[in-house]
Amino acid sequence: MNEKKHMFFVSPSPHFHDPEDTRSVMLDVIIALLPAVCLGIYFFGLRALTLCIVSVTACVVFEYLFQRITRQRSTVYDLSAVVTGILIVLCVPAHIPYWMIIVADFFAIVIAKQLFGGIGQNFMNPALVGRVFLFSWASWFSAYPATLTTSGAGRLPVLGDVAMINGAPDILSSATPLASLKQGILPVDFTLRDLFLGNVAGSIGEVSAFILLIGGLYLLMRGVISIRIPLCFIGTVALLNFVFPAGSGSRLSWALYAILSGGLMLGAIFMATDYATSPVTPVGQIIYGIGCGLITYVIRRFGAYNEGVAFSILIMNTIVWSIDKLSAPRRFGGLRGGARQPRPEEGEVSK
Amino acid sequence: MPYSFKGGVHPPENKKRSAFKPSEILAAPERLYFPMQMHVGAPCTPTVKKGDPVCVGQVIGSSDAPISALIHSSVSGTVADIKDWDHPSGRKVMTVIIENDNKFTMAPDLLEREAKAREKDPLERTPEEVIEAIRLAGIVGMGGAGFPTAYKIRSVLGQIHTLIINAAECEPYITADNRLLVERMDVALLGIRILMKTLGVSHATLAIESNKEEAIEMLRDRLDGTGIMLRILRTKYPQGSEKHIIRAVTGREVPPGKLPGDIGCAVFNPASCAAIYDAVANGHPLISRFVTISGSAIGNPQNLQVRIGTPISCLIAAAGGYSLPPQRIIIGGPMMGTAQYTTEVPVLKTCNSVLVFGENEGLHAGSAICIRCGKCVSVCPMRLQPLYIRLYGEKGEYEYCEQKLNVRDCIECGACSYKCPGHLPLVQSIRFVKQRLGPVKKS
Repeated sequence: MNEKKHMFFVSPSPHFHDPEDTRSVMLDVIIALLPAVCLGIYFFGLRALTLCIVSVTACVVFEYLFQRITRQRSTVYDLSAVVTGILIVLCVPAHIPYWMIIVADFFAIVIAKQLFGGIGQNFMNPALVGRVFLFSWASWFSAYPATLTTSGAGRLPVLGDVAMINGAPDILSSATPLASLKQGILPVDFTLRDLFLGNVAGSIGEVSAFILLIGGLYLLMRGVISIRIPLCFIGTVALLNFVFPAGSGSRLSWALYAILSGGLMLGAIFMATDYATSPVTPVGQIIYGIGCGLITYVIRRFGAYNEGVAFSILIMNTIVWSIDKLSAPRRFGGLRGGARQPRPEEGEVSK
Repeated sequence: MPYSFKGGVHPPENKKRSAFKPSEILAAPERLYFPMQMHVGAPCTPTVKKGDPVCVGQVIGSSDAPISALIHSSVSGTVADIKDWDHPSGRKVMTVIIENDNKFTMAPDLLEREAKAREKDPLERTPEEVIEAIRLAGIVGMGGAGFPTAYKIRSVLGQIHTLIINAAECEPYITADNRLLVERMDVALLGIRILMKTLGVSHATLAIESNKEEAIEMLRDRLDGTGIMLRILRTKYPQGSEKHIIRAVTGREVPPGKLPGDIGCAVFNPASCAAIYDAVANGHPLISRFVTISGSAIGNPQNLQVRIGTPISCLIAAAGGYSLPPQRIIIGGPMMGTAQYTTEVPVLKTCNSVLVFGENEGLHAGSAICIRCGKCVSVCPMRLQPLYIRLYGEKGEYEYCEQKLNVRDCIECGACSYKCPGHLPLVQSIRFVKQRLGPVKKS
């Protein structure tokens, strides 16, 4: 050998990787959430933006500090904390005080995520744990601010917080569609069009089904999520409301109002599809989606709260591993479903 | 229309760089290396001694075991040495090293066989004659598996109703089978017809991925009246896996632990078919094959007709040497091939490509954390759950992996590792579990 000796890397196959990594997946989710954030700012004013900045910053800082203190490799660069920060803001109303969102962020990142081992190890959706913890201050959620496009709606302060007067936040509030549905009446103040486009009182990112569906479509096209969970979740809620409407009115209206109200779209598209806390098998994802829909319907109809999306997802989160075990894919060449294997075209091949 | 299977991935094909270049014949080097293990089954023992003169086509290694294949010299010259040498598998294997005299003297018994073989129409042979000719030619599955062809045919005689020719060539970069089909189509088709006759089937299915337009175009004109049907498969990795090409063509799945023959199917590679024709019609042994040389560090990617035993350094030199500092050398495709630490390993009967990658081609930094995205589950062509196999494997629960997670079904295609956003070495975890479990216990 006269030519120069080269040193070669030796590693087991495969020798190729898809360029996609955790960070790019999280970036896709952030991109899909941005339209909802922008619409929230449009409807509820600059306070929605400042809340979002505070929440994202707090999540990233909590994750960084926790990993620093516990001497772990930092994972803030995978952007998952940013996603959690945005999701928490989207599912709260714009009038809540800043300290409250930071409490939610702390619960989400430190208690729900990092104490269980960090990304991929948590068994409950961090954003929802943070959100549900805020029910400790239930009176803050007794009213929801009306959107700025409604005449007479006052702006929320960007600096400082809204005051509490007589146990209710001092805001120009408006009834939410869910409160009406709870009483067994189809909302009269809002048309389906209002609900679809988001011109209703509610949480910052939950008001517009349309903008959330666009985000969901983007995630589907990018292959980040599969359609199974959102479709089964929303489909189950729609079906149950169609078959068992809570009051008078057309069944179709009940189904449509139910799926366009509250946090269902946000929950079904962005929360229930959270990787770490949803099943990995196709059949498991269908079971999980249907389970979420069922519990949501039961809580909305019979529970103490108007909304049941967050609870239903958290409840289903706890049995994800059992669902996965029960719904293993049919083994290649296995007998289950063997009848579906078509016989070879005898006439064509062996004559 | 979509003849395919569920799962799979779409790695960048990178075939255009070599797909349309007619093959060139690589000049025989000064020294050739013949490892006594070029096939699945028992290794051969050398039938020559150091210093012996050898001729082209002379048997230099043989074995009495039923599952084995003869090894022939691809040049004439003298045996320079017999010793352990680097093998593409990464091990050292007993190797016959032959000094080429560049005279290409044919072995006398080969000339005799050649004359005898040409007396009779190759399509008029009995199955026994065909199998014997294939055995004498030392033919193995040339798609990469390396299973001895004579044994394979004998073991499935009389139970085959579906003959599939696997021209999928689903690994990125590789274009060797594609070029062979384009350049030696008539020979390959005659080989397929010999197989049909031998196995007693009236039809065969030539299955090819949709990205090989040139070969497909030519095949459309040539298949009339041959009994060979063309099936165009969706371009997807691992479409060329034996189990998945059967699934795509017949809709049936080979049961776990069974062979294609158990459901009446037999799958052959087109290069093997061409070699079968050469063996049956001309009595020629398998001493050369099409090899793709490509990769980002290769200046002039191309297809070469290479004598078996040629060190891969000669292929790299013929393709213009390194155009970038080489980082990795792969024999086989980027998904299932083996990385080499030296260029002194020879081309074997199963070697369809030599790839030389520059700095981090096809690699991306990953966080090595499972986020449970489930992509490994959705791409797995065997419908396994690689993330759970890894998890239980790391906990030492090998029995659970075997009984509940069917780890032995894994064909190690690498789709899960390729797709994993955390770039976890999932295939390695699975291999580890399989290794810990040991061979299947016969009950």
